Amino acid sequence: MVQERKEAWRGFTGTTWQQTIDVAGFIQDNVTPYTGDAAFLTGPTHRTERLWRELQRMFVDERERGIYDVDTHTPSTITAHGPGYIDRSHELIVGLQTSAPLRRAIMPAGGLRMVEAGLKAYGYALDPTVRAIFSGHRKSHNDGVFDAYPADVLAARRSHIITGLPDAYGRGRIIGDYRRVALYGVDRLIAERREQKAALDAELSSEDVIRAREELAEQIRALGELKTMAAAYGSDISGPATTGREAIQWLYFAYLGATKEQNGAAMSLGRTASFIDIYLQRDLAEGTLTETAAQELIDDFVIKLRIIRFLRTPEYDQLFSGDPTWVTEALGGIGTDGRPLVTRSSFRYLQTLYNLGPAPEPNLTVLWSPALPEGFKRFCAQVSLDTSAIQYENDDLIRPAYSDDTAIACCVSAMRVGKDMQFFGARANLAKTLLYAINGGRDEISGEQVTPPMPAVTADVLDYAEVDAAFDRTLDWLAETYVDALNVIHYMHDKYAYERLEMALHDHPVHRFLATGIAGLSVAVDSLSAIKYAQVKALRDETGLVVDYAVDGEYPAFGNNDDRADAIAVELVERFMTKIRRQPAYRGAEPSLSVLTITSNVVYGKHTGNTPDGRRAGEPFAPGANPMNGRDKHGLVAAALSVAKLPYRSARDGISLTTTVTPEGLGHSREERIANLAGVLDGYTDGGGFHLNVNVLDRATLEDAMAHPENYPQLTIRVSGYAVNFVRLTREQQHDVISRTFHGAL
Amino acid sequence: MTAPVTGSVHSFDISTGVDGPGTRFVAFLAGCPLRCQFCHSPDTWFQRNGEQTGVDELVTQIRRYERFIKVAGGGVTLSGGEPLQQPAFAREVLTRCRALGLHTALDTSGFYGDRADDDLLDAVDLVLLDVKSGDPDTYRRVTGTGRLEPTIRFARRLGERGIPIWIRFVLVPGLTDDPANVEAVADLVAGMPTVERVEVLPFHRLGAAKYAALGIDFPLARTEPPSAELVERVRGQFRARGLAVY
Repeated sequence: MVQERKEAWRGFTGTTWQQTIDVAGFIQDNVTPYTGDAAFLTGPTHRTERLWRELQRMFVDERERGIYDVDTHTPSTITAHGPGYIDRSHELIVGLQTSAPLRRAIMPAGGLRMVEAGLKAYGYALDPTVRAIFSGHRKSHNDGVFDAYPADVLAARRSHIITGLPDAYGRGRIIGDYRRVALYGVDRLIAERREQKAALDAELSSEDVIRAREELAEQIRALGELKTMAAAYGSDISGPATTGREAIQWLYFAYLGATKEQNGAAMSLGRTASFIDIYLQRDLAEGTLTETAAQELIDDFVIKLRIIRFLRTPEYDQLFSGDPTWVTEALGGIGTDGRPLVTRSSFRYLQTLYNLGPAPEPNLTVLWSPALPEGFKRFCAQVSLDTSAIQYENDDLIRPAYSDDTAIACCVSAMRVGKDMQFFGARANLAKTLLYAINGGRDEISGEQVTPPMPAVTADVLDYAEVDAAFDRTLDWLAETYVDALNVIHYMHDKYAYERLEMALHDHPVHRFLATGIAGLSVAVDSLSAIKYAQVKALRDETGLVVDYAVDGEYPAFGNNDDRADAIAVELVERFMTKIRRQPAYRGAEPSLSVLTITSNVVYGKHTGNTPDGRRAGEPFAPGANPMNGRDKHGLVAAALSVAKLPYRSARDGISLTTTVTPEGLGHSREERIANLAGVLDGYTDGGGFHLNVNVLDRATLEDAMAHPENYPQLTIRVSGYAVNFVRLTREQQHDVISRTFHGAL
Repeated sequence: MTAPVTGSVHSFDISTGVDGPGTRFVAFLAGCPLRCQFCHSPDTWFQRNGEQTGVDELVTQIRRYERFIKVAGGGVTLSGGEPLQQPAFAREVLTRCRALGLHTALDTSGFYGDRADDDLLDAVDLVLLDVKSGDPDTYRRVTGTGRLEPTIRFARRLGERGIPIWIRFVLVPGLTDDPANVEAVADLVAGMPTVERVEVLPFHRLGAAKYAALGIDFPLARTEPPSAELVERVRGQFRARGLAVY
């Protein structure tokens, strides 16, 4: 054992991480920061290209049919499916979720209904035996939740004021520290767990202690299953990895095990690149690896990450379009010692977007700081320009709030790897809540009384103070009902769909967040601003329900770096967070808040009536913390600075901003565009902005928008001095834009 | 005691890479003496199209972006309209921005170049000079009201003072694309010692909606944007004189 470790850890420095499970310490002691440029990178090998081509052929079928294949007989567990390969003799990193690529698994422990609906949507039927087991003998998370939901939660859910709750599917957003398997081997992790469980024997068997003992027992079992699964692929992962290839393989087995056990809303990877880099550097130094071979290993790993699949329903896709899995990987950042955590492998991960072509998964997330090495900043900006496939988060906000070994779950949720987990809570609709405030808790679409009766606003012309007071009462109700729902959900998820393996790869005890979220922030803010700065008349139907608003005059809108509107937004985020903090949270979780919708802003808008800002019923909200489309009059930077004012301390689960730029909108030459985009990222980060999605439009996107305008309702093109909504232009103008935008840029 | 200087400002924008180097606060001043056929902002032709704005007020607005601009790299651009139609206001704003340590640019046709006094030019780091044509007759036809000579005179002054120039030339098929016209522009530009680059801007019709809203005929409503080949040809004509062309 000792000999085995000595061999695996040859050349590594530091001792603390050897004595306790401490991957962050290992990285700090052994990482080789890279401050150069991208010139060392290599292209794909023939082997990589061939393997990837094979899959690309399958993607075509998958897109046509919705799913490529599904195993309807085998409820997935870590060991339920035998080993699977794409092309066994040509794979460097092995392991699939089921016995064949793109064959999806069923995971009925989260909810049988979701499985059946998902199968039916694609023309499959569930194996009757599985149905019999999960309807007659084994209760699911989904069943548990609906046994315990109180009536007001059901009403809030039905009226869509709270939507997307993980009550019928896996909650996700838990990142196992998959690196531990590579660094320590599974046996060491099991031994640690056994000690922790033994320590609990000294305590009286209270409910908490009983649950902890049972969870630790399940974690130990899951770790054992992980070894069995790896053994089926011919790997003994009981001890630590000894080479770069093994490190990637061990780490991937751990991640793969998690995806076999859980159909989580987001199954994020963590922060692996610079960890793996330490092994690759050692192999390079020992002369057993070349740069081409190192890149090939990363390419092969990323191919595996790109084919992670879950069986979901069309309703789910409506919320989160594009079949996302959120295999989020955090790249870059700065260490607490001031050294950048950028390594050659940070570059290699980004290089997969060239070697394999652009793709949304894995969700490559750069932790940005103006202090990052220039070469890395420029390469990131270049990759954004070429692929639009990376997102950015503010490392200078994350590091002091969490640590320098923090990863992102899903899109913006920061957590210390292996130390924090979260209870994912979807989001509440603040715009609709404002309408409820005005209508005394009646739904503006159905007329149904959803909250307990509250005094409605009766004035014709809305008075800011009166509306604000009513809003405050309604927000109290919302916070209480919302957290109540989440407490039920997570109690049942722990009970019926516990993430055994992911939690085995966390510290014990773990720190928990209760991650709430809000949608419709800019609509609510602009509505309040309209009531405050313009004149808003309430228009009522025959039952006295306010169903529309007449806005007279101008009002400052969120997204113009105008403090009058921005202060309303800041106050609203702080106020809601304060109310969330007052609620008792399941398992003592620390409450947090995100301003993030991903693509669910469309569905939230669909279920929200006319709003006092002049938005029409059914119109989509802006995504995340974005200003409403077309109301930001002074360009991306002004909008970004408005969003940057939202206080991270009150929205610690992340604040999302999505931007779209044309290459032309960043400069004339490629060099200029790269430098300018890096500059904008520096400015935004320095200004306190948390997250930025950078979409650089390409010709194909614009041409597709011309052909399918319904898919691009918010596509905005900025031309010097003004913005236009692309799909509202005439065909002729659209052609103009395309020819203008892509002149010389092809 | 003189009254505080005010100017008519149409709007402002923070843009990147299109109105000078980096990310810039671009103030569009209202009022322009020219009536270029390809103009994409007919809503800035008259000073009454803008709002009277004090220098302090505009500088306060700019300062909200000062830090961002300094971190990101960039500066402030006065554009229009024609900023030199309001030279005192332009001078004050540019001087104040320069004092803040911000890079300053002036986006002008040069037609009112004589109105820029030496103090104003001392506060300018870069001039984005629109050369509409290289030939006096075409210049008149393109701009309706303008003459080429003042621009040439202005460019000479900039050269003498060592102020860098980025030339902008809007390429409109059937209007400015005649090889001889382009040759004339290129010759002219090649003779300006402080020109750092030439930007050939392909004509577009995105301003059409503004003409419709104002009830004005858009003279080039039926003109197509230039083809990629044409743009390349014209860029080549500039490049042939050793100019850096974008």
